[in-house]
Amino acid sequence: MHDENVGHATTTGLDNRKMLMWVFLASDCLFFGSLISTYMVMRSQSGVGPFPGDIFDILYTSVSAFVLLMSSLTMVLSLSALQRGDHKNTRIWLLATAFLGAIFLGGQYYEFTVFVAEGLTLSTNIFGTTFFVLTGFHGTHVAIGVMMLLSMYGASVLGKLPQSSSINLELVGLYWHFVDIVWIVIFTIVYLIPS
Amino acid sequence: MASLSYILRRPTSEYGVWGWLTTVDHKKIGTLYMVTALFFFLIGGIEAIMMRAQLATPDSTVISADLFNQLFTMHALTMIFLAIMPLGVAFFNWLVPLQIGARDVAFPRLNALSYWIYLFGAIILNLGWFTATSPNAGWFAYANLTSIQYSPTNGMDYYVLGLLVLGTSSLIGAMNFVVTIINLRAPGMTLIRMPIFTWMAFITSILLVLAIPVITIGLIELGFDRFFGTLFFNNAAGDVLLWQHLFWVFGHPEVYILILPAMGMVSEIFPTFSRKPLFGFPVVVFSGIAIAFMGWSVWAHHMFATGMGPVPDSVFAATTMAIAIPTGVKVFNWLATIWGGNIRFTTAMMFALGFIALFTIGGLSGMTHAAAPSDLQQTDTYYIVAHIHYVLFGGSIMAIFAGIYYWFPKMYGRLLNERLGKLHFWLVFIGMNITFGPMHYVGLIGMPRRNYMYPADMGWDFWNMVASGGSIIMAIGVVVFIHNFYRSARKGEISGDDPWDARTLEWSIASPPPHYNFAEIPTVTSGDAFWHQKYPDGDKGVPHPVPSGGEDHEEVHIEMPRPSFYPLITGIGIALLGLTLVTHPIVGVVGLITLLWGSYGWMLEPAE
Repeated sequence: MHDENVGHATTTGLDNRKMLMWVFLASDCLFFGSLISTYMVMRSQSGVGPFPGDIFDILYTSVSAFVLLMSSLTMVLSLSALQRGDHKNTRIWLLATAFLGAIFLGGQYYEFTVFVAEGLTLSTNIFGTTFFVLTGFHGTHVAIGVMMLLSMYGASVLGKLPQSSSINLELVGLYWHFVDIVWIVIFTIVYLIPS
Repeated sequence: MASLSYILRRPTSEYGVWGWLTTVDHKKIGTLYMVTALFFFLIGGIEAIMMRAQLATPDSTVISADLFNQLFTMHALTMIFLAIMPLGVAFFNWLVPLQIGARDVAFPRLNALSYWIYLFGAIILNLGWFTATSPNAGWFAYANLTSIQYSPTNGMDYYVLGLLVLGTSSLIGAMNFVVTIINLRAPGMTLIRMPIFTWMAFITSILLVLAIPVITIGLIELGFDRFFGTLFFNNAAGDVLLWQHLFWVFGHPEVYILILPAMGMVSEIFPTFSRKPLFGFPVVVFSGIAIAFMGWSVWAHHMFATGMGPVPDSVFAATTMAIAIPTGVKVFNWLATIWGGNIRFTTAMMFALGFIALFTIGGLSGMTHAAAPSDLQQTDTYYIVAHIHYVLFGGSIMAIFAGIYYWFPKMYGRLLNERLGKLHFWLVFIGMNITFGPMHYVGLIGMPRRNYMYPADMGWDFWNMVASGGSIIMAIGVVVFIHNFYRSARKGEISGDDPWDARTLEWSIASPPPHYNFAEIPTVTSGDAFWHQKYPDGDKGVPHPVPSGGEDHEEVHIEMPRPSFYPLITGIGIALLGLTLVTHPIVGVVGLITLLWGSYGWMLEPAE
């Protein structure tokens, strides 16, 4: 959403769009905060299995978490390339970021199918309910992020992502890093801390 | 390149139907908000009148139990989400850019989008009237009344989807105003020089940004329970009380979202009609911030009756009572503003004075149920109904009426008729007290709320008849207002730019303002900026003419953001997506395509 008051200096000197993204992320904190709170309140309330300890494969999820974290690095490289006017590397790192995000999503899809095969669905127990909805909404955020990255790639190929509008990529980057940080919190609370 | 970017040519007309459908002008969007919200205010009022018709006499059978449930649910949802909140937003739209000396909001197209989503969300919420059942589990929708088992019709689906769509609208609008107020202030307008209404709009917007996601999660969880068989609010496997926590963590800040804009409006009106600056301006600002902050720590006072235990009860009773302090501070600041002033009893001033009286009564009754032991006696009785109507009708609505009388000349260049205005005031003021006053009493002697029928021998008959009569008086008052609004917008007395000898920047430009607002962005050197420009020799001096920003229409040419189709298209996409779960997957596919079309078109279109 690229509205701006071109030529209108802002009161604080900060770009309007960047401030909008920060305000949105503040709001999204409460979004995930409420979801995570729900998970925390319910975490030991399941009467029937499977329970978290029965089905989590910590090693597998650690690898996909690592993949997602590395995508933050490639995101930074892409933005930095654009700010230098290096469009080739911008596109390479953009694709790399989207690719890593897609690997994470594929990993999550595979994990979900394994869990379902082991008998954990949305309506098996409250663990299944809260787990799938929390991680599913995070996955949706990642998927939207991948779409934005690919849109940026398309824009770059069509020559519509000049160095002068690197702010657009910066905004996508802010969102992308935020989604990564949320995963660190979810991964710690859901997978690493035993209930 | 152009042919690649534009599937649609950029609209050019600012007039006619297309002008309204594609507008990105904050003033036009403000008018759209106001007209739509007033329409839903009438719908909500009709719902209330139907309930009062049923309750006028004992053992009445005017309305069935099922319809009554739908009516009290939809009355609350309509008044809160479709009338009072958007009326506040209508004033944000009209006034914030004018008060801070800006030409528009930070994101004009997003602003249009939030209006369209509001309109479509309102329609979705009301679809039940045309299909099967409207939402009927109360606006608070306590689990597990809302489960498929106890609410098998589509009614609660419209609740979930309608409120999700409306929440998106509020969130987008609020983010836009936060950025606008932080970033588009005229040179020299520091935060403490900012008009008090804009301050309250700022605080309200921050509350919305943080409160909306919480109810969004509650609604998503409820929606998953209803559509996909999850167990969040399942009685056995989940936790029914979780809904109440999520709902009220949103719901209590929501109360301040409804009242803070109202407080901002009367805080502009008292100084103007008393010819004195607002008493203790910084204190009023900080009280507003304190109310907003403390509003997050009181949610469970809605839940005393759930048996949380003595410790949480005591804590939430204490935090709730503490919030009376900044509220009381504001009341005394308003009184001190009027004190010794050169008072003019215009209709706007009368509504604002009515606001103080009624809101204080509502605040005091609020204190009586802040105390948990006393609340346990009052919960679910008409005493609570009386309280909320004194703060929401006596508070928010009276202040919004005051605001309409005060700012109408700025919007239309014409004055509302003062004689009809005073008639409107007295009818509504008297009618409101006759309707809601007796509810304190019947509540305390035990009449439960939300029951469609009551027996004759309880001693409630007389006062219920009185309350129903009062509601007719109020309704006549509102009819007088609608007539006055409609008539004055066309034939009212020409107001001039500054009919009230007011203090803030919106009065320094033409009425109605030119589409670019300020021909030259003003430089601000003090609070009450316009006042100090008018009276450079002090309050007692002679007014100096202030060069108006909008007199030379012909000569000034200022590039403003052009109209756009995409907010409307994006809004339609979001609405169709919202309807998928109650219709057919094909609707979702069409919605998704429309949404993508809208957002990519939006991005490829130049912002200006």
